[in-house]
Amino acid sequence: MDGLNYNTKMKNKAAILFLITALSALLTGVFFGLLAALQYLIPEFLKDLIPFHKMRPFHVTTAITWIVLCATGSIYFYLTQIEKLKLFSNKLMKLHLIVFLISGLGIYLSYIVGKMEGREYLAFTPILTIPILFGWLLFGINYFKTMLKQVKNWPVYYWMWGTGIVFMMIHLTEAHLWLSPYFREHVIKDLTVQWKSYGSFVGSWNMLIYGISIYVMAKIKGNDAIGRGKLAFFFYFLGLTNLMFGWAHHTYIVPTLPWIRYVSYGVSMTEWIILGYMIYDWKKNLNQTKKENYPLAYKFLVATDFWIFINLIIALLFSIPTINFFTHGTHITVAHSMGTTIGINTTILFASLLFIVSKISTFSKKQETFIKRGLWGFNISLFLFFSALLVAGAKRSHWMYAGNDTSFSNMQDSLFWVYTAFFVFGLALTTSISFIGLPILKKLINSLRV
Amino acid sequence: MTQNKTYNFLIITILITLFAIFNGFIYTSKENENPVKLTEQGLHGQRLWQENNCWSCHQTYGLGGYLGPDLTNVYSTENKGPMYIKAFLNSGVKTMPKFNFSEAEKEALVTYLKFIDSTGYYPNYNAKFKPNGWVELQYKNEK
Repeated sequence: MDGLNYNTKMKNKAAILFLITALSALLTGVFFGLLAALQYLIPEFLKDLIPFHKMRPFHVTTAITWIVLCATGSIYFYLTQIEKLKLFSNKLMKLHLIVFLISGLGIYLSYIVGKMEGREYLAFTPILTIPILFGWLLFGINYFKTMLKQVKNWPVYYWMWGTGIVFMMIHLTEAHLWLSPYFREHVIKDLTVQWKSYGSFVGSWNMLIYGISIYVMAKIKGNDAIGRGKLAFFFYFLGLTNLMFGWAHHTYIVPTLPWIRYVSYGVSMTEWIILGYMIYDWKKNLNQTKKENYPLAYKFLVATDFWIFINLIIALLFSIPTINFFTHGTHITVAHSMGTTIGINTTILFASLLFIVSKISTFSKKQETFIKRGLWGFNISLFLFFSALLVAGAKRSHWMYAGNDTSFSNMQDSLFWVYTAFFVFGLALTTSISFIGLPILKKLINSLRV
Repeated sequence: MTQNKTYNFLIITILITLFAIFNGFIYTSKENENPVKLTEQGLHGQRLWQENNCWSCHQTYGLGGYLGPDLTNVYSTENKGPMYIKAFLNSGVKTMPKFNFSEAEKEALVTYLKFIDSTGYYPNYNAKFKPNGWVELQYKNEK
């Protein structure tokens, strides 16, 4: 029995604690998101207690926590429990967990007392970036010391994880360059560097998550070729190039120097297609028997295909300046970020969690049914949620470029039914995520008791 | 070291070198700003903008939240301007809470928004579209 085998050998539970914290963050984060969305419908509701400008950082930080901690916990679990590598230091892993947990508490405390001196996505007081960077440094030391000593010929996912860790540190630092007067005194440069760092920050966590996706695919298939081929490495270098140079579609509209925008336009046109091809290729060649060994993880990875396809089209369109001109600053951008963080990242991370649970325990039939129904609900509600955002974005863009004779508040009022749909589908999405997340959370918590 | 590993390291070294040069250019680029940099009062306004999470609901150059309007050119838009900005800060609206800013703080926020206004246009209504998909922006200080 695989499950019992893994349980008895799992001396260090830090990886599981990362995953439990991540899932708890996901379930809390979607609830914060609902509260924030409610204020589009009933602005006066709890406006003084939980105004939108305070709820949004709670939602965003908690969502980022889910992605980062789940990716981190998954990597620790794979290395120690599946690859059976001896970690350079178990103490460093525990310290990493403690540092992240304390930083997280510090962030929420800073939000509760209203000490939000940071910026979008990183609204907390900047001093807390120091322990977060320290946590990444610990992860980096542990990762490279472990891997360089014990693994000779790295498949692509090991390169991707290593790259993700290093660039997380670089871009988290870059996101705080505004602390220097040299940057914050020059608004355009400051805005450019800020959004450069955010674009690359997402690129860095994508390195971790896409690496996880390829790893889980390889394990389901029972064949490491997908992570070792020339195509896999070509894709990795293409992703890295985009991470470094392809962020400027965020700032096409900012009057920065044209060459910065030219470089991004050229680079970003090369992206996305390779990953879609790889997954298509993987599915085409997948052996039926292996699929049956990991039915739930497989279903989630197939769902990722659909979201990659949709977001691939949007990302490519976005990167064309003429189209970007009309979609920028509208909810179409939000639809894209929800499509990627929920549709792609969360689906891959769920696949990773289900793969991990399959190694430590077994779901009951009832739980499996719950998760399968949750996956259906997740995809349908996310699609409707995503569509509502596209409609809201299109209407806003129309108002900006063709209907500017009406006031902003009139335009917002005209979107009331779209926002209502957005909230209702968001509620359905939250319920579906709970259907999937709660049985996994229960299994992970139970595994700590063994 | 295997041949593949050597190639991988070589490609990464080239990319990191280009990345370092690219960053150097971006960090030291001379933007098209006039006046050149924020004053003390403008920096105070920027700090207030951050501490009060104005970006949660508002945008500059389309970057930020969507509950409120973009404020890039609120300073110079017809029928808007400093008094309009201060009125909103004083009273709030349906979706915007009333902030208890002092007169000096309101002045600082107005100075910050005035500076942003001086850097460019958003939406950039006079931008030119090129057949290859490129958009030539209209810059604020171009002749």
